[in-house]
Amino acid sequence: MSVLLLNAEEMDFNIHVIKVFNIFGLKFVFTNSLWNALCIAIAITIFCAIVGHKVRKADPLKPQKGIVGLMEVAVEFLNKTTRDTMGPQKYNFAAFYGGLIIYIMVCNLSGLLIWFVPYRDHITIDFIRPPTADIAVTLSMALITFFMTQGFAIKEKGVGKWLKALTEPVPFLTPINIIGEVANPISLSFRLMGNILAGTVIMGIYYMLVPYLAYIVSPALHFYFDIFAGVLQSYIFMMLSMIYVSGGME
Amino acid sequence: MAEYSLEQGSALILGCSAIGAGIAMIAGLGPGIGQGFAAGKGAEGVSRQPAASGDIMRTMLLGAAVAETTGIYSLFIAIMLVFANPLVSRYMSLFGE
Repeated sequence: MSVLLLNAEEMDFNIHVIKVFNIFGLKFVFTNSLWNALCIAIAITIFCAIVGHKVRKADPLKPQKGIVGLMEVAVEFLNKTTRDTMGPQKYNFAAFYGGLIIYIMVCNLSGLLIWFVPYRDHITIDFIRPPTADIAVTLSMALITFFMTQGFAIKEKGVGKWLKALTEPVPFLTPINIIGEVANPISLSFRLMGNILAGTVIMGIYYMLVPYLAYIVSPALHFYFDIFAGVLQSYIFMMLSMIYVSGGME
Repeated sequence: MAEYSLEQGSALILGCSAIGAGIAMIAGLGPGIGQGFAAGKGAEGVSRQPAASGDIMRTMLLGAAVAETTGIYSLFIAIMLVFANPLVSRYMSLFGE
């Protein structure tokens, strides 16, 4: 997951600034994790376009094989999870959460892949620093959840009932309720970022300290820190987001 | 501040930050205990009702991940102290030239 297999002499977990844009007087910093996230989003879009074309051509009466069959299993799993967690009426959210979990999972697993990464003033081919190990990426996704929670709560219950729900059970506890609502996206984003960053840092330190043992022990560590934690955390992010949104609507 | 040089002050801050990172990771105790409880109760539930193992597994993983949050916070503090220490630059801006 780390940069250390290729550049063993320097241990560098930092986010690098590629370019700074000035948009209407606001400083917009384009970092390497944004570049990775952009590349992953484009790759997922192309993959989805190809698979969508295949699905449209597939015969619905026959059992499907290959990538179409796999997608069928994935969509069924998503629909079932959404129905079980959010209830049968809010089943339409499955599409949004499908996109969310695929994006987060690919981002988490991207530390195992090699891609063109701009580094300082030149472009290197290196292991990707996972974009979800950056608080900017995870907090943006957690803020989507936060605004969805509040927005759907207002849409479902109306402004009056939404405001009244904040003052329950007694008006005295309103600040606590507001802090509780604001703490949700922070804990969501920190959980995802902390897990992935911890995996990156631990693997980097491991490769730096015992490089000669790396080929024997590292597959097990990669399995735990990258694959297990990555898949589990994307699932957890999706589940908690579902629970927050459906809890806000009730 | 006359008798100490800036380098000595920075070294002191770095050393104390390393100790602080170690102490911050004591918080790993809590999530360990909590996740152990969750896993034990999950095993209990599966042995009592093997048919519901999927639901039990899902709930257990969700609870374990939520219990992990405090550990992740402490880990974040430790990583920040070791790799991206904000205190040294703050010290330099306060007492440097």
